Amino acid sequence: MDIILWGVLPYVMIVVLVGGLIWRYRYDQFGWTTRSSQLYESRLLRIGSPVFHFGLLAVIAGHFFGLVIPKSWTEALGMSESLYHFNALFVGSVAGLGTLSGIIILIYRRRKTGPVFMATTNNDKLMYVVLLAAILFGLWTTLASVFFDEHGLTYRDTVSPWFRSLFIFQPDVASMAAAPTSFHIHTLVGMLLFIVWPFTRLVHAFTAPLHYLFRPYIVYRSRDKGASVPNRSGWSDVGTRDRDTRQR
Amino acid sequence: MRVMAQMGMVMNLDKCIGCHTCSVTCKQAWTNRAGVEYVWFNNVETRPGQGYPRRYEDQEKWKGGWELNKRGRLKLKAGGRVKKLFGLFASPVQPELKDYYEPWTYDYKTLVDAPLGDDFPVARPKSLITGKDTKITWSANWDDDLGGTEQLGHLDPIVEKVRRESEDKIKFEFEQTFMFYLPRICEHCLNPSCMASCPSGAIYKRVEDGIVLVDQDQCRGWRQCMTGCPYKKIYFNHKTGKAEKCTFCYPRIEVGLPTVCSETCVGRLRYLGLFLYDADAVTAAASVTDPKDLYQSQMDVLLDPNDPAVMAAAREQGIAEDWIEAAQKSPVYALTKVYKLALPLHPEYRTMPMVWYIPPLSPVVDLLRDQGHDAENQDVLFGAIDALRIPVEYLAELFTAGDTELVTEVLRKLAAMRAYMRGISLGNDPDDSIPASVGMDGATMYEMYRLMAIAKYDERYVIPKAHAEQAHDLEEMGCSLDFDGGPGMGAMGNSPFGEASGRPTPVAVETFNALKDRQTSDSVAGADTLSGRVNLLNWDGNGAPPGLFPQHHPTEPPADVPALEGGGGA
Repeated sequence: MDIILWGVLPYVMIVVLVGGLIWRYRYDQFGWTTRSSQLYESRLLRIGSPVFHFGLLAVIAGHFFGLVIPKSWTEALGMSESLYHFNALFVGSVAGLGTLSGIIILIYRRRKTGPVFMATTNNDKLMYVVLLAAILFGLWTTLASVFFDEHGLTYRDTVSPWFRSLFIFQPDVASMAAAPTSFHIHTLVGMLLFIVWPFTRLVHAFTAPLHYLFRPYIVYRSRDKGASVPNRSGWSDVGTRDRDTRQR
Repeated sequence: MRVMAQMGMVMNLDKCIGCHTCSVTCKQAWTNRAGVEYVWFNNVETRPGQGYPRRYEDQEKWKGGWELNKRGRLKLKAGGRVKKLFGLFASPVQPELKDYYEPWTYDYKTLVDAPLGDDFPVARPKSLITGKDTKITWSANWDDDLGGTEQLGHLDPIVEKVRRESEDKIKFEFEQTFMFYLPRICEHCLNPSCMASCPSGAIYKRVEDGIVLVDQDQCRGWRQCMTGCPYKKIYFNHKTGKAEKCTFCYPRIEVGLPTVCSETCVGRLRYLGLFLYDADAVTAAASVTDPKDLYQSQMDVLLDPNDPAVMAAAREQGIAEDWIEAAQKSPVYALTKVYKLALPLHPEYRTMPMVWYIPPLSPVVDLLRDQGHDAENQDVLFGAIDALRIPVEYLAELFTAGDTELVTEVLRKLAAMRAYMRGISLGNDPDDSIPASVGMDGATMYEMYRLMAIAKYDERYVIPKAHAEQAHDLEEMGCSLDFDGGPGMGAMGNSPFGEASGRPTPVAVETFNALKDRQTSDSVAGADTLSGRVNLLNWDGNGAPPGLFPQHHPTEPPADVPALEGGGGA
């Protein structure tokens, strides 16, 4: 069981994530969008969305430090165990709670604003469940490690070595299996999130427009390259009836 | 000098009667889809009025276009690249649906389906966004013909500005004397701020004809272009999550046909043609310090297509001979550079717009006539133009960044033309002092009159076709194997893979040819023009042309019906 969960599943996840992204990039460029709903409502969005996104960026940075940087490195820098954990818990909780409050505002908005709710697909709903679960379980691991002693602050000795071992194709199943259950759940939900990622609106994250900083302002393109495919899903009839058929 | 070609448009506002035919036909052609119900690539605004979306000209609020930074360099008014990226998660100043309007339909079904009762059934308005009952409170032309101006007229940003500057309380007296229509499409700017705002780089300007398009595959829905465009002519398709905009009907332009808005314009007020411009000079021209100089700097970017040096440079850039020729015959070049009648819309946004406007003289003429003056006399007209301070200031805010001299000059030319031509049509000798009073000679003024008033179809629209060697890349195309007996064997119909296989004849071309034949022939539109099929949109209701009904003996087609070929209608 441990081997399947911590030795096989991570690689399945990576294959699905990378394969899914390549597939979608090649065959569904047109569907690759943020599907913004700011046109319908922007008062709540203007609070919720930045809180959520910036919180998430901080969370991702935190995961990077926790998982990728080995304990020996921070110790070599002279950072004591308790200082590290105080930092991690403090920054992690702030970022995590920010992300959580952001997504709660966004979900509330999505449910309560008529047009936004109408524009929510089943795909979106599934995505929100998985995303919210990943955030909640993640926060739980952080809080539990403070309030319950048996959890300890051991993830840098269990989860992190396993995470790094995945990249050299020598999965350290045993050390992950030794981690507390809350970490197991959070990791599983996280992997599920990455599996559905390419097939939901979350894909927009992979085309974060950082090249905007470097490209020229004015873009010229020859007509030869501009030829496009006719008859896409943008061309469907106007009418309230669309409501029923809108989910592609 | 890097010479590039740009398709441009000029609209003669004197001729616009505000019938909205351009808007409606454009909507039918481009935005009759779910997700863009509220979108009008072409809209017609009554001025004074708030426009669509409401108060879009208030750039202190909407942050569209460019401004100069402290060092005198161009900078997006909404902020630089880093600031834009930080605003990505919730666009700070994006218009919402309520700034446009909530699109609706009517529940027509109730009229038929309602059970018998005491009350007469009514078709209630239903929101196209929520599908629920809605109350109609605004639309794209709610203040049409100054409707509600008593209450809302002060909300026009230009009125606000003119009033602020004149510093005295101007009542809306001029509303009765001064009203005109302003049809608006995308400006297909030389220095587009929407393009500069797009984080994905999905908006591009076509090298060949300067048409600005959104790559629907590359657009990721970051919505910065909506803020960036000061004319608010980029719209968000809320169903697909992508930006959409006026395409200058590029599939029609490529085959030499005018845009739908131009083709269907009742007043025939639109002119289409080429500009040649110096692409290397654009940024410098858009960066001049005084906004009032922007008109002149924009004019200087446009090159004289008859200048041998320009022609040589154009050839060097690979611009084809027939395109250079079209640029020489271009009516839009004549109206902007030669006669200097057409002005750009809001040059102060520094985007170098390429849809130009001839300001309207008719409100002045109407006013004079109503007051019992001779509205065709140049002295009366000149006097009125000088006396009507507010209208001229209003026009100047629209077209010349506030420079009233320029607007006055154009209006005086139009007035002189009226007076000069009246003399001629009354059989008098041409009075050459009239054109001289606006710095023209009689022959030039007569030429100008021809282009303004007579303006036959092929003089209004001088559109060189896209080049055949590129034709295989065009979206709307016939099959290259579609010659007689070739493997294509007629785009549809006889194809070995059934009716729908193969590529259809471009609808624009077929409809255009069918309409032209129908307009010029006396007989019923028949099999010849419609390739054996009946396009009901073109059927004039006379008789039953072959192909209207299925054949009784499908095995033996009648001799007068040619082999089924060519695509069906719309």
